[in-house]
Amino acid sequence: MQVSITVNGQQRTDEVEPRLLLAHYLREVRGLTATNIGCDTTSCGACTVIVDGLSVKSCTVLAVQADGAQVTTLEGLAGPDGELHPVQRAFREEHGLQCGFCTPGMVMAAVGLLADNPDPSDREVREGLEGNLCRCTGYHNIVRAVRSAAQAGPAAGQVPQVQEVEA
Amino acid sequence: MIPSQFDYVRVQSVDEAVAALTEHGEDAKVLAGGHSLLPIMKLRLAVPSVLIDISGIRDLSYVRVEGEEVAIGAGTRHHELERDAVAAAEVPILPYVASQVGDPQVRHRGTIGGTVAHSDPASDLPTALLALGGTVVVQGPGGRREIPITEFWLGFFETALQPDELIVEVRVPRTGSAGWAYEKFTRRANDWPIVAVAAVEGRVALANMAGSVVRATATEEALARGASIEEAAALADQGTSPGADMHADQEYRRHLARLLTRRALQRASGGAAAAA
Ligand SMILES: Cc1cc2nc3c(=O)[nH]c(=O)nc-3n(C[C@H](O)[C@H](O)[C@H](O)COP(=O)(O)OP(=O)(O)OC[C@H]3O[C@@H](n4cnc5c(N)ncnc54)[C@H](O)[C@@H]3O)c2cc1C
Ligand code: FES
Ligand code: FES
Repeated sequence: MQVSITVNGQQRTDEVEPRLLLAHYLREVRGLTATNIGCDTTSCGACTVIVDGLSVKSCTVLAVQADGAQVTTLEGLAGPDGELHPVQRAFREEHGLQCGFCTPGMVMAAVGLLADNPDPSDREVREGLEGNLCRCTGYHNIVRAVRSAAQAGPAAGQVPQVQEVEA
Repeated sequence: MIPSQFDYVRVQSVDEAVAALTEHGEDAKVLAGGHSLLPIMKLRLAVPSVLIDISGIRDLSYVRVEGEEVAIGAGTRHHELERDAVAAAEVPILPYVASQVGDPQVRHRGTIGGTVAHSDPASDLPTALLALGGTVVVQGPGGRREIPITEFWLGFFETALQPDELIVEVRVPRTGSAGWAYEKFTRRANDWPIVAVAAVEGRVALANMAGSVVRATATEEALARGASIEEAAALADQGTSPGADMHADQEYRRHLARLLTRRALQRASGGAAAAA
């Protein structure tokens, strides 16, 4: 079946099997491998991407369900000149990662959280990221990073999209 | 994990969905948010040959007051219900319980129609709906019919829905400022309830205490007789048949049902829930 999906501002039409998962579509069809697959059971959040403004676990969405949608992956966050998105910058500055496996999903979930709640409390960050597991950091620095990104201003909750590519 | 092969059909209206269900028969499954169906398809516990995606039906997502009831479109996602102003004013238990489902990513996808149709005894919104009472509105080839919520869930993953019927709406009474409470017990933040209790105006429903969500009838009868909250809550597990798993054995689930019922009734009656 044909799907036309805009990923990080770039629209493309591909022929896919209905059973193809969005996570596999992103990694294998679009070649965007930042999105990790950890548990494959909707538990860990490593595969989190943003679809039409909302965070979702791409291991539990079919590519055909995203037909016509705007998808943002970690690769779509930094500016065209490589300038990091405020949430990426905050994760680096606050040491919000160790092995880095959870990080793409964690960052995308954090961007989704900040889009919804631009200045969350510690508790709101923890609840907002409850769908994302990290086996390394103990979460403290992740919470700190998200709050520090929020301090940096409203850009932390913005998902760069079409404009960037059309420009 | 990859589901087995299936054909994918996208429908734009309820009529189209019912026509597709009629055409493809028992091999077809409705796909709403996919957050119960896709996980079991990946495990090959479900192998439908056709998926009928109803998420494109535009007028299936709403919350509105109709007379003494609140009507909720089957396609309303948990996160929409969670922040719906009409629901907050008219049936405040529902947005709260919606906010307790899974995690944000799950709530961005899952729908009320999906959780009602799936009929998992451990699900949150069905427990609240059972305490509220009301009806499930379904549409089949012969038109619409209303199924009382108390008659909808028949057992483990079993409902009164026919294979060629679509849930289009859930209707519940407006409760306004009446007391309510939802007590959900989990070990980890985003889990399904080990046991949960919903209480609304003397009606009490339990999650994960039988093959489907169930009413705590002995508790309700005791309350109607004028028993105290403590006496009534002590009967909450009567007539239930909880299962045992790695989270809890049967006796512990019974204990939780009694304890959480007491807390829920105290909270619903405006009192502070006493600590365990
Ligand atoms: C990681 C994770 C955690 C979760 N945690 C919780 C939790 O804590 N509490 C909880 O209650 N739930 C939880 N859920 C389940 C979640 O609420 C699901 O979204 C919900 O149960 C199903 O809704 P859906 O729209 O995704 O349905 P789908 O998965 O699309 O469908 C589920 C079933 O319902 C049928 N169906 C769907 N819509 C209709 C309709 N309109 N008419 C007829 N049949 C229909 C489908 O054919 C299928 O059989 C969790 C799910 C996941 C993946
Ligand atoms: S890989 Fe999708 S939630 Fe773990
Ligand atoms: S940094 Fe290793 S899992 Fe989070």
